[in-house]
Amino acid sequence: MTFQGWFLILLFVGILLALTRPVGLWLHALYEGRRTPLHVVLGPVERGFYRLSGIDPTVEQGWRRYAIHMLLFNTALLMLTYAVLRLQGVLPGNPQGLAGLSPDLAFNTAISFTTNTNWQSYGGEGTMSNLSQMLGLTIHNFLSAATGIALAFALFRGFARREAKAIGNFWADVTRITLYLLLPICIAYTLFLIASGVPQTLAGAVDVSTLEGARQSILLGPVASQEAIKMLGTNGGGFFNANSAHPFENPSALINFVQMLSIFAIGFGLTWTFGKAVGNTRQGWAILAAMVMLFLAGVTVTYAQEAAGNPILHSLGVAGGNMEGKEVRFGIAASALFSVVTTAASCGAVNAMLDSFTPLGGLIPLFNMQLGEVVIGGVGAGIYGFLLFAILAVFVAGLMVGRTPEYVGKKIEAREVKLAVLAIAVLPLVILGFAALSSVVQPGLAGPLNKGPHGFSEILYAFTSAVGNNGSAFAGLTANTPYYNALLGVAMWFGRFFVIVPMLAIAGSLAAKKYTPESAGSFPTTGGLWVGLLVGIILILGGLTFLPSLALGPIADHLSMIRGQLF
Amino acid sequence: MGKDFSSALRPAIVMTILFAALLGLAYPLAMTGIGQALFPAQANGSLVRDANGRVIGSTVVGQAFVSARYFQTRPSAAGKGYDGLASSGSNLGPTSQALADRVKADVAARRVEGVTGAIPADLVTASGSGLDPDLSPAAAQAQVARIARVRGIAGERVSALIAVHVVRPLIGDPHVNVLALNRALDALR
Repeated sequence: MTFQGWFLILLFVGILLALTRPVGLWLHALYEGRRTPLHVVLGPVERGFYRLSGIDPTVEQGWRRYAIHMLLFNTALLMLTYAVLRLQGVLPGNPQGLAGLSPDLAFNTAISFTTNTNWQSYGGEGTMSNLSQMLGLTIHNFLSAATGIALAFALFRGFARREAKAIGNFWADVTRITLYLLLPICIAYTLFLIASGVPQTLAGAVDVSTLEGARQSILLGPVASQEAIKMLGTNGGGFFNANSAHPFENPSALINFVQMLSIFAIGFGLTWTFGKAVGNTRQGWAILAAMVMLFLAGVTVTYAQEAAGNPILHSLGVAGGNMEGKEVRFGIAASALFSVVTTAASCGAVNAMLDSFTPLGGLIPLFNMQLGEVVIGGVGAGIYGFLLFAILAVFVAGLMVGRTPEYVGKKIEAREVKLAVLAIAVLPLVILGFAALSSVVQPGLAGPLNKGPHGFSEILYAFTSAVGNNGSAFAGLTANTPYYNALLGVAMWFGRFFVIVPMLAIAGSLAAKKYTPESAGSFPTTGGLWVGLLVGIILILGGLTFLPSLALGPIADHLSMIRGQLF
Repeated sequence: MGKDFSSALRPAIVMTILFAALLGLAYPLAMTGIGQALFPAQANGSLVRDANGRVIGSTVVGQAFVSARYFQTRPSAAGKGYDGLASSGSNLGPTSQALADRVKADVAARRVEGVTGAIPADLVTASGSGLDPDLSPAAAQAQVARIARVRGIAGERVSALIAVHVVRPLIGDPHVNVLALNRALDALR
C-alpha cells in the first residue's frame, strides 16, 4: 500500500461527501415533483409522453397499483429487448454481421438488463450489434435505474406521509427521473468521455497493420453513450467483454476516477434526500455514516491483499502486488477501489478481472453483494434495501428495551417486520440454493474454469451477483449454457422483484399510519449508537448466513495459497 | 386487481415505445453526431497513421510486440494475443497451476535475456483487457539491455527514451505507452 493509494481513496470519499447534499437536493426536487430549470427544455417532452400514453401524472397510486404498473412496464421493456436480440441478424445497425442470439442467451440478457443486473453471459464484441447495444440494452440502463430511484421515492413517501393511501405516481416518477436527472447528466458525460478517447461511431471494426507487421482488428462502436449511463445508473454492462478494463471503455486513470464517482454519486445523494423527505437530514447522514464505514473497511481489506500480492508468484521471482488481470494505467490501488465500489453499489462494471484477485481481495466484492448491496448500493435499490435493514435494526432495539419500535416517526409493527424479513430472505435462499445445486449437478460443474476451492468461488459468485442484481463475475465461469442462462435468469428476476414487492407493501402500510412523535422512550436513530447497531445488524445477518459458503470458497483458497498448493 | 392491470396496459406499451425511441435511438445517434463533429479523432478510435496514411494502431488500445527489437507488451489473454475483437483477461485464479506454469515460463525467458533480480509484476502477468497499451517504467527498464544489444545502440539512449515517455498522472500509476515508445525507438539513429 502506498501514500498515493490512500490519498486516492480518501479523495474519492471526500468528493462524494461534498456532492451528497447538492445531488440530494436535486433528487428531492424530483421527489416532490417540483419544477427545475430543465423543465424549460424538457417539459414539453414530459407532457407529450403523458398525453400519448394517457397518463394523468397528478393522480397518485396506492402501493398495489404502483407495483402493477411498474411490473407491467418492466415486462414490456423485457419483451422489446428479447425481440431485438433474437432478430439482431435481420435488423440494421449490424456492421459486423452478427447473428441473432440463442433463446436462452436472449432470455438471460433481457432479464439481466431489465433488473439492473447487467450480468453478461456473452462477450460484447462477438455477440451484440450496434443496434442491439443501443435499442436493446442502453434503454434498460436508463429505465432500470429510473425504476430503482422511483421505488426508493415510493418508500420515502411511505415514511414521510401520514394516514395516506397513495405513495406517488409511478409514471411521473420514472419520467421525471429519466428526463431531469439521468439524460442531461449523460449527455454531458458522454461528450467528456468522447473527448477523452472513448469511441462513439456507428462503424464496426478497423483493420490495423501493427508496427511488427501483424494484422489487428479493433472494434469500435457507440461506446461512450452507453458507458455514461452504465456507470451513472449502476448498471455495469460493458460494451466490450473486458468491460471497464478495456482501454476504449476506460482510457485513463482520470476517466477511471470519474467513473467510480459516477457509480456512487446518486446513491450518496439519495441518503440525503431520504433525510430531507422525513424532515430530518441527520437521519440521512446516519445511514450514510454506516454505509461509508462498511465501505472503507472493505476497501482496506481488498487493497491490502492486492498490494501484498500472491506468494506463489513471489516464490517464482516476481516482485510486487497482484497484477494478474489488472491494467497498468490504473495500478493496484485504483483497481482495488473500483472492485469494492462496483460491488458495494450494484454496478458490476469491472476495471480488473476479479477472478484473478487474491482470495481475500476477491472475498470482499463477494461479501459486499451478500450483505444485500446496501453499502451505498444500486441507485434506489441501495437505499430501499438499507431501509429494510433499518426496520430490522429498530425491531431488534425494540426487543431489547421492550417497546414497540419506531423509525422516523412511524411505528414499526409485526406486518412491516415480517415483510422486511421476507424481502431479505430471498437473497440467501436463492444464492445458496442455486449454488449448492450447481456444485453437484453435471451442467453446473461444467462451468468453472479454475479447479479447487476457486472453482466453487466462481459458482458462488455467479449466483450472488445475479440475485444481488450486481452483474460482475468471476468471469472464468462458462455461463453461456442453457443451464446457467436459465438459472441465472430466474435468480436475477427473484432478486429484483421478490424484494421490490414486499418493499412496496411496506411503503403502503407505513403511509397509512399516523405520525408518532419522538418521546423520551424512543430509540434515537441519528447518533453513534444507532450507526453501530445498523453496521452490527448488517454484518451479523450477512455473516451468519454466508460465512460457511465463504469458508468453502475464498477462505479455503487463501489457506491453499499460503501453503503454496496449486490446483 | 383487474382494474389496476388494465389501467397499466396502455401506458406500459406506449411508454416503452416512446422511451425506446428517445433513449435507444435519439440519444445515442445525437451523441454520435455531436461526437463526430467535435472530436472526430477520439470518436473514431484515436487511430495512429504512418507517413503513408496507413493505420498502424491506436494511442488508446494496445497491440502485440513480441520481437526482441522492441519493448515487448504484457502477456495477453485476448484471443491469440491483443485481439481487438476478443478482449479478455486470463481469469486464472491465485492458486491456478496454469497461472503458475505460465509465469514460470515467462520468468525463465527473461532470465535467459539476462534480467536479474525480481521481475516487475506487470511484465509476466496478463492484463484485464488483454489490450493493455502500457508498461510500468520498471517493466520497460528491464528490457533495455536486450534492446540495446539487439539494435547495437547504447543502453543509456534506450533508458533516456523511457524517461521521456513516462506519464506520471496526478492520480493513477506512472506508465509508458508501448506503441509510442517503440515508434520513438525506430526513429532513433
